[in-house]
Amino acid sequence: MSATSSVSTSIRAQQWKEFWFYFSVSKTAVAGLVFLILVVLMALFADVISPHGPAEQYREFAKLPPAWIEGGQLQFFLGTDYAGRDMLSRIIHGSRLSLLAGCVVVVLSMSIGVLLGLIAGYRGGWVETLIMRVMDTIMAVPGLLLALVLVAILGPGLLNAMVAIAITYTPSFVRLTRASTLTELNRDYVTASKVAGAGPARLMFISILPNCMAPIIVQGTLSFSTAILDTAALGFLGMGAQAPIPEWGTLIAENRDLIMSAPWTVTFPGIAILFAVLAINLVGDGLRDALDPKLKRS
Amino acid sequence: MFRFLINRLMLMVPVFFGVTLVAFGFIRVLPGDPVEVLAGERGVSPERHAELLAQLGFDKPLWQQYFNYIGDIFQGDLGTSLITNRPVVEEFFELFPATAELGLCAILFALIIGIPAGIIAAIKRGTWVDQGIMSISLTGYSMPIFWWGLLLIILFSNTLNLTPVSGRLSFLFDVPPVTGFMLIDTLLSDEKGSFLNALHHLILPSIVLGTIPLAVIARQTRSAMLEVLSEDYVRTARAKGLSTFRVVAIHALRNAMITVVTVIGLQISLLLAGAILTETIFGWPGIGKWIIFSVFSRDYFAVQGGLLLIATSIMIVNLIVDLLYGFINPRILHQKSKS
Repeated sequence: MSATSSVSTSIRAQQWKEFWFYFSVSKTAVAGLVFLILVVLMALFADVISPHGPAEQYREFAKLPPAWIEGGQLQFFLGTDYAGRDMLSRIIHGSRLSLLAGCVVVVLSMSIGVLLGLIAGYRGGWVETLIMRVMDTIMAVPGLLLALVLVAILGPGLLNAMVAIAITYTPSFVRLTRASTLTELNRDYVTASKVAGAGPARLMFISILPNCMAPIIVQGTLSFSTAILDTAALGFLGMGAQAPIPEWGTLIAENRDLIMSAPWTVTFPGIAILFAVLAINLVGDGLRDALDPKLKRS
Repeated sequence: MFRFLINRLMLMVPVFFGVTLVAFGFIRVLPGDPVEVLAGERGVSPERHAELLAQLGFDKPLWQQYFNYIGDIFQGDLGTSLITNRPVVEEFFELFPATAELGLCAILFALIIGIPAGIIAAIKRGTWVDQGIMSISLTGYSMPIFWWGLLLIILFSNTLNLTPVSGRLSFLFDVPPVTGFMLIDTLLSDEKGSFLNALHHLILPSIVLGTIPLAVIARQTRSAMLEVLSEDYVRTARAKGLSTFRVVAIHALRNAMITVVTVIGLQISLLLAGAILTETIFGWPGIGKWIIFSVFSRDYFAVQGGLLLIATSIMIVNLIVDLLYGFINPRILHQKSKS
């Protein structure tokens, strides 16, 4: 027993090593990963590293420019908004919400999508038709519009925005999982374990699923970045996180009227979104190259 | 070809009814009801409330309401806006050209820059040119476009005073609507300078809406070109002594375009989602701004009709793209008709 488990852990270590070998070929992917880890640390330790409270108002320092511009102060490094709140602290705290939104959306849409995709591919017949037609319907409406309508039903707020966005992302996971399931279903190893008496659940989750994971992981990473963008977009439109909450999109919306007089209040939250999304996309590209066996050999 | 068309149309039917169910369900699960919106702040007596609900057909059983709704759809009646009191279909088609014009310009912008950029990156694979183009396109792909729009307004409209901030045409001009496409209408009218003015208004919104498609098209063109350039027939063309330009522009590009056309088709849905944000930022009087306004003002029938019309127009565009795809790549049609 212990011998087999140590063999399997060494195989796993070997797989990780191989994965890292291919992943680290791309310097930009590694750079994206490092930046992403920094953002995650920033979110985790937001209370420790942010110089001020995210909601604390220093009325006498309202609309202060960033420190390197004349009139700026070092204690408000990225300047302050109309109420004298420190932009840097608000952006640091906003990273929590954006990363959280990304995680929730991916976990929700991926788990539901993979489950439905497996069932559709494995069962076939009317179950498959029903699932796929429902997914086609969801895909027929532009994602952001559907999310908006769903939020209108559920009521505005960050949690509802996340659920709405997750629903619009589900079809891509269903389609991907179904397609991979269909190709795996006729492989010998699946037939072998079927002959050995494996039940449907075991076949779906233990035999087939691990072999479909590569494209799903890549899709998950890419969804993570678009989820951050869409959450910010809903926040910007006033349908996501509500005003005093320092979500990045909401920050841009609440300072939108200041783009003439205090452009930094709009600029920096946007840069935060752009860099976070860019880092995740770099990691996603690296993952795809590392996990795609077709590209590996070229 | 004909069978291909029929097959594609058959696939659209269940999706169309799926969307009608979503649009129908939307009003019924929403908290509150249309009469409350009609009544506004004044409120209505319970009797009048019931009477108005009955007038809208909301007192009947759900299945009957749905059948009435489907019946109305096939008579071209998608209800009346609660806010403007005009037929939803009429409002939609009045605003549609504005969005179509913006979308076309955005796609044109994306194609004109994206395809050459992708080709150059593929030819110069691995060099700093390739890396530069790909970095810029990944940045574009990661762009929060509502912020990008505000940034461009700060730079070009507020600081440099080069472009207008919002709208489609300056108030100074009086151009009668003929086609709804401002660029065409201004050319038809005899207002001097109005065409250039309309063009000015289009620049920033088109750039903002076209940014993500541009990034996607550049990336896809590059990878499609790379694939095609390593094929035997391209090597043959090279071996025959044809110039690089001829090999790339004539032999390789046509096959690479198959992928690109598909990608453009996939962008249509994203483009409409982008239009919601772009039109909101630039005060562009199109479908995106209208639907956002309808959602916010709880104009149930406008949202219901808008959802259906938007989904249907996307389906139609996708159908056209599929047909175009078969036209560029005849192999697809033959495969389909054999099976």
